[in-house]
Amino acid sequence: MIEIRGLTKSFGPVRAVDDLSFDVHPGSVTGFLGPNGAGKTTTLRMLLGLVSPDRGTATIAGTRYRDLVRPGQRVGAALELSGFHPGRSARDHLRVLAPRVGVDDRRCDEALEAVGLGVAARRRVGGYSLGMRQRLALAAALLGDPEVLVLDEPANGLDPQGIVWLRQFLRHLAHQQGRTVLVSSHVLGEVQETVDDVVLVAAGRLVHASPLDELIAMAAPRVRVSGPDITGLATALTRQGWTVSGEGGVLLVAGATPAQVGAVAFGAGVELHELAAEGAGLEDVFLRLTQPGGPPKEPVA
Amino acid sequence: MRRGPIGAALRSEWRKVTTTRTWWVLALALFGYMLFLGATIGFAITHPDLASSGGSGDLQVHGRAAAELVYTLAASFGYAFPLVIGALAMTGEFRHRTITPTLLAEPHRGLVLGAKLAVSLAVGVLYGVAGTLGAIAGGAPLLATGDGTFLTSGAVLADLGFCVLALAGWSAIGVGVGSLITNQVAAVIAILAFTQFVEPVLRIGLGSVHALSGASRYLPGAAAEALSGSSFYSSAGMAGLLERWQGGLVLLGYAVVLAVLGRLTTMRRDVA
Repeated sequence: MIEIRGLTKSFGPVRAVDDLSFDVHPGSVTGFLGPNGAGKTTTLRMLLGLVSPDRGTATIAGTRYRDLVRPGQRVGAALELSGFHPGRSARDHLRVLAPRVGVDDRRCDEALEAVGLGVAARRRVGGYSLGMRQRLALAAALLGDPEVLVLDEPANGLDPQGIVWLRQFLRHLAHQQGRTVLVSSHVLGEVQETVDDVVLVAAGRLVHASPLDELIAMAAPRVRVSGPDITGLATALTRQGWTVSGEGGVLLVAGATPAQVGAVAFGAGVELHELAAEGAGLEDVFLRLTQPGGPPKEPVA
Repeated sequence: MRRGPIGAALRSEWRKVTTTRTWWVLALALFGYMLFLGATIGFAITHPDLASSGGSGDLQVHGRAAAELVYTLAASFGYAFPLVIGALAMTGEFRHRTITPTLLAEPHRGLVLGAKLAVSLAVGVLYGVAGTLGAIAGGAPLLATGDGTFLTSGAVLADLGFCVLALAGWSAIGVGVGSLITNQVAAVIAILAFTQFVEPVLRIGLGSVHALSGASRYLPGAAAEALSGSSFYSSAGMAGLLERWQGGLVLLGYAVVLAVLGRLTTMRRDVA
């Protein structure tokens, strides 16, 4: 549904987005993840026609955003660095957008109800909390009942209940209603329970794109083991059905604990010099993939 | 119209103006200011014996000319108000970062700018009415004690209409200024500096040099006074004005040229 192809953008000497390509599919929530400054917001702004790319294309159902007829009914977006006039009520904020989105006042009220702002609809936004502004931005995105939603850091400023609510809301929009949902975040943990697919960027480049399950598999604990008879060790471990990889006299064993590996080595009479658990949480994988200088060049099972 | 993108853009821009308090607060301020000026100038005209003659000199106007001078004061002194409200229509989008939702709803930036220009003309008409009514409310009771109010004179009423149009033109110029200078504070400072200092100095300066006095007629303030048909400055003996229709075209020209420049520069930039 969303296709990003070779997208590139520099601001002066800084290459904010560098030859970025990925897809976002309908019926699932895709997490667009990376540290601050990774180029997420710039990518989303290029997708939505607010920033012109130096190279590459970003399309929605094959069409550039600015070429969509009634874009508000195709794509709903809530972006960071977007704002509201403090003297305008939430309802009036939506009523200002409504004519061009192509909806009436009743739909504005519905959208505010959907995000839980019904009672505050006629209050001026100047008195809103950050969480209420996030909900209003979401209401604006939903105004045209679009099949594609693009949300930039939507969990920022939400309290824990708000984050749970957002999670259920987004999953409902994607899974029950079949919409395409792209959510950016710089904190994987924030969206881990929400997303089905992940796109990881760092320094403007794509570092990983897969279903979340594959990223979780990469986070599965491994055992680092070494000894003088590396071949005998590998043979003994492989016989157990474990996935063994390695180079430079060190083996990485997936699907086993250090105790199990130690027992097998003892049983086979192989001498060990090193035996340790490696890797662990999803957050570690995220940090490893997105760290400055790119992920380390080690083989990944 | 109702279903088309142009009609939608116009309604959207109209709602932007009417859903905050700024427009009527400024309109009320303009009304009050003109009420005061109308009464002051009306008093000076009808009671030359009591009014101080030290400040702005004697106002030797009588009859219909006096009524026209008083009722069109908004064109000479109140135009900063529609100018500012026009500029705020543009700079407010950047200041409050509503430019992002605006351009998401309508990605065609020229259409957004065009709709703002059109709506600003309508808002400018409201300001013209507010300013003119203020001047009449302040001046007419005093003029009634002299040569009369002339409020039923067709020529005077026509002048009022042109005065309203002149303020509408200023509002459109404001949108042009705002599309070039998107920083709200900078735009307001530029407007105040130009209207309160640069243009008056240029008009007096150019007007006093014979070879250049023609050029001063093309300054926006002079063009607006030509359109409104009565000028405090020219009544006070400073330089001549263009024909009325020429003044209107020059005023519109400023709005269009500024808006086109804004579209080609500021409005082409990335919105980040």
